[in-house]
This record gives sequence, structure tokens and C-alpha cells, in this order.
Amino acid sequence: MELRGLTIHALREMLVRREVSSVEVVQAFFRRIEKIDPQIHAYLVVARKEALEQARRADEAIESGGDLPALCGVPLAIKDILCTRGIRTTCGSAILADYIPPYDATVVQRLKAQGAVILGKVNMDEFAMGSSTENSCFGPTRNPWSLERVPGGSSGGCAAAVAADTCAGAIGSDTGGSIREPASFCGVVGLKPTYGRVSRYGLVAFASSLDQVGPMTKDVEDAAILLKAICGFDPRDSTSAKVEVPDFRRSLVRDVKGLRLGIPKEYFIEGMDPDVERVLDKTIGLFEELGARCTTISLPHTAYAQAAYYIISTAEASSNLARYDGVKYGHRCQGYGGIIDMYEKTRTEGFGAEVKRRIMLGTYALSAGYYDAYYRKATQVRRLVKQDFDDAFEVVDVILAPTCPTPAFPIGEKTEDPLQMYLMDVFTIPVNMAGIPGISIPCGFSRDRLPIGLQLLGRSFDEKTLLQTAYTFEQETGVYLERPPID
Amino acid sequence: MDRDRISREEVRYLAGLARLRLSEGETETFAVQLNRILSYMEKLNELDTSRVEPMSHVVGMSNAFREDAVQESFSQEEALQNAPEREGGFFKVPRIVKG
Repeated sequence: MELRGLTIHALREMLVRREVSSVEVVQAFFRRIEKIDPQIHAYLVVARKEALEQARRADEAIESGGDLPALCGVPLAIKDILCTRGIRTTCGSAILADYIPPYDATVVQRLKAQGAVILGKVNMDEFAMGSSTENSCFGPTRNPWSLERVPGGSSGGCAAAVAADTCAGAIGSDTGGSIREPASFCGVVGLKPTYGRVSRYGLVAFASSLDQVGPMTKDVEDAAILLKAICGFDPRDSTSAKVEVPDFRRSLVRDVKGLRLGIPKEYFIEGMDPDVERVLDKTIGLFEELGARCTTISLPHTAYAQAAYYIISTAEASSNLARYDGVKYGHRCQGYGGIIDMYEKTRTEGFGAEVKRRIMLGTYALSAGYYDAYYRKATQVRRLVKQDFDDAFEVVDVILAPTCPTPAFPIGEKTEDPLQMYLMDVFTIPVNMAGIPGISIPCGFSRDRLPIGLQLLGRSFDEKTLLQTAYTFEQETGVYLERPPID
Repeated sequence: MDRDRISREEVRYLAGLARLRLSEGETETFAVQLNRILSYMEKLNELDTSRVEPMSHVVGMSNAFREDAVQESFSQEEALQNAPEREGGFFKVPRIVKG
């Protein structure tokens, strides 16, 4: 069967009409993974046995008719940061290389309850720390549009698998851009929901005040379907929001007439990549043609968000990652003197360079004598960043910006210079700092035929307006229909 | 090159706090990289935040209470299944208390 460009909604139609069975679809995906994945290395685990079992159950449900759950028989890839019961969950780290969770993350539980088939677990930067998926202890993932380039990160495995059609859709996570940046680099749709929208229970923690789970898909309709399936209040996450979950598919309406669209001048700066500038200018022009009212706005603290983010996120990470001590789960070193020796050897062997660097930075920012100068200062700047967005949303409905300063860069280009790597997230980080939702959708190509992403930002819990805006653009242009050359 | 914000000695001290062990080479590399990153972060000092309330979280955080009721939980076997070392239903660690 043809898997290229196969969306969740199209597949569901085929399954419901019994043109194909879920088992057949899953087997077709296995064959495609076997053929394509050695080139891109998105999958860390293909859960053959479990996936076929779930597919068989979905087929039985379809056979017996009646109301079928939204994702009945639909095969998905899951970022290896979400716990999957009985299936190895590594977070891209040697310290969790053999970890088999005894439970499912709430998101995984909800997907299964909706009939989804978990095809496998996909690659990522270790503990979600990175923008290129080069920091995985299992080796990098490659971009399906150009195998010499990174897929972005940290949800690079998800983005590459969706772009290469080795899954119908995927679930990633976003702490500072980790869904949107790879979505931009791989030409797929990536949605970071409002903080609190989706439960973090069973999501391996990086920076708890910023982490959020979200869908990565081939079109906006699929993003709406997956978002609906995973969000909602969860008593097991103390920051989970008690808010109503709308039927996001209702927002799939082609209309932006009268929409107030803000163009933040701080995101369109001198010296920006000419391809990104050209494609974004064209995008703004199209929105105006479609009747949106575009105005230039200012988010004055944009330039400070980056520095504040790397203080807050590393501080939280240094605390969260203290749990990897070789006692209850995960790697433990061989041969040690006492308990401290065991801790130190275990952690030194288990963590990669970027994770160590961030633990060190976070430890520094929280340490006596530096706490006020770094951590406290950063949390004050965080309020200013959030205030910028609050002020902007007084006068506009949606903010439009590039997702990334450049298209996908070559593998190895930024690995020696952490600061250069950090700067890839300059347009995505403020969104996590403020907790608002953001979506990246494909909006054009560079001259080298690399995808370029459009980022749309909305008010807290207003994913509906974001989806409608994204859907209108997507249906007008059809850029999302383009597939990478890999086959 | 501007002044060092963090010395080699401090890098070693921090590694100790974080329970990490660095080789001489790593200490050197981290010192250089952390200095660069920290000097970038000093950009924040351009902002006067003396009247800004710190914000550690976007949701107004308060304690999330629940009923103190018995709920389903992991079995002892499930809780121990990933333990690197176990003995008699316990997590096993090297001796901590000197006897």
C-alpha cells in the first residue's frame, strides 16, 4: 500500500471503510522502516510484537462495528522520552539504556485508549538537550530532505519519521523548541500546546516548568486529531490544567478574514537568512491577500529570553537529573569504593557531554553566592518575556514569525560550539518561557530545497485560533504535500 | 579575552556538587565553554529588574492536594524490576553507615 504522504485522517477513512486492515498497515510500515530507516536512523526500538497485537485488537473492533475511537488502528511513533510500559525507554541516554518502564505515560495511555498502535520509540537528543539530535548516545538521526543535514532536535526522530513516512504521525516534546524546530527542518507540522494542556506524567523530566508534550504530523488536521487525543486534566500531574478540551477539528475552517496578525519586529532582524526572509515575506503577503490584518508589533525582551532560558532550564535540569544515581533504576557502574564513588562513576559514565555541561551550568546558577545574580534574575526576566506576549495579545490574535533563523544545517557543524547550537532556539524559546501555544508548519523551501517553517503563536489555551490560521495557510498553499526525495 | 567568570578550581568544585568526575581535559573544555556561556548571560544585567516579581512558573502554583485514599500502585516486583542490584525485596547499595 502507498504510505507516502499518508495522513492519520486519510488512513482512518480507509480503515473504517475496511479497504485495508490495521495489521496490513502496520506490516507495510515495518517494511518501509526496514527499507528507509537505516538511512535516517529515526527508530531506536520497533515494537513489532506489541504493535501487531494492538493492530489485531483494532481490527477486531473495526470488524465488530459501532463507534470507533479516534485513532483506531493508526500507527504512531513516540519520542523516547515518554514512558511505555514494557518497551525500553532511553531518553537518548546511556544512563537509561536498559530501562523498561513498569507503566505508561498518561499520553501513551490515552493514545492506546483511543486505539492507536505504537510502532516504536524514536531518537532524540539526550534528555531532550539539543537542537539537532546529534546528542543521542545512539548516534544522530539524518534529515530525510538531505541526509548530510540534521533533522533538528530534540524531537528529531519524530520529525524525520513523519517526513520519511515511516509512521502516520508522532508525539514529541518541547522545552525550548524541541517540537517546532525539528518540524521546521523536516517540513512537517509540530504543535507545542499551552503549558498545562497535556499531562507530563511519564514524560522524563528535563525542565519541569517548560516541558510540554505535543503532536508532530503531516498536516494540520492530524495535529488537531492527535492534540484532542492527548490533552485534558490529569490528577497525576500537579501542573495539569483543569480546562475544557474543545473539539479541535471544528477549527479546521479556511478563513482568516479580519484576523489580527502580529509580526514581531525582533524576529525579522538584519542579517537573517535570505531564504527564510524571502519565504516569510511571501507568507505575510498571502495572509494579507486572504484578508488578515497584519501589523508590526514589538516583543521588546526577545533578545533576553535566550539567556534567561538557559539559566532556568539548566537549573531545573540539574535538580531533575539528580535522580540518576544508580540506585533504583538505570545504569550503575562496575566496581566502586563507597556510595559517593558509586554516584560519581555512575553519572560520569552515564551522561553525555551536553548533559554534563547543562548540569554544571544549572548547579552554578543555583549555587550559594550566584543564585540571585543568575537564577533569580532569570525568573524576573521570564516575567518580562511573558508580559511582552500578554501586551501583544491585547492588540493581535495570532503572532507570525519564522520558526528558526535558518534551514537545517549540516551534521557536525555546531557540535563544537554549544553557544551557536543554543542560538538555533532563539525564536522558539520565548514561547516556552511564557507557556503559550505555538505551531510550526511548512511554508516554503530554500534554494537548496530544504524546508522552511512558519511559526504561529497564540494566547494561552487558544490552540483553536492557531489551528484555524495554520489550516487556512496550509490549504491555500499545499506546501505540506511535498515529500522528501527519500524512498 | 575577558576575565574568567569561573575558574578551573570552581569547575572542579561544581563537578563535585553535581556528583560528576571530570578529566583534566574536560575541566579545561568546560571552563572555556562555561565562561563563554556565562558571559553571554550577563546580557541580562542590561535590564533593570529591581521592581519585577520573579516568575518561576507560568501557572499560579499552589499545592495540589488529593484525598489521602488508598490507590493502586506498583507491586514490589514492579518497583524493583529495574534495580541495578537488589536483595530480599530491597534496593541494594554500598554500605553508607560506618559500623
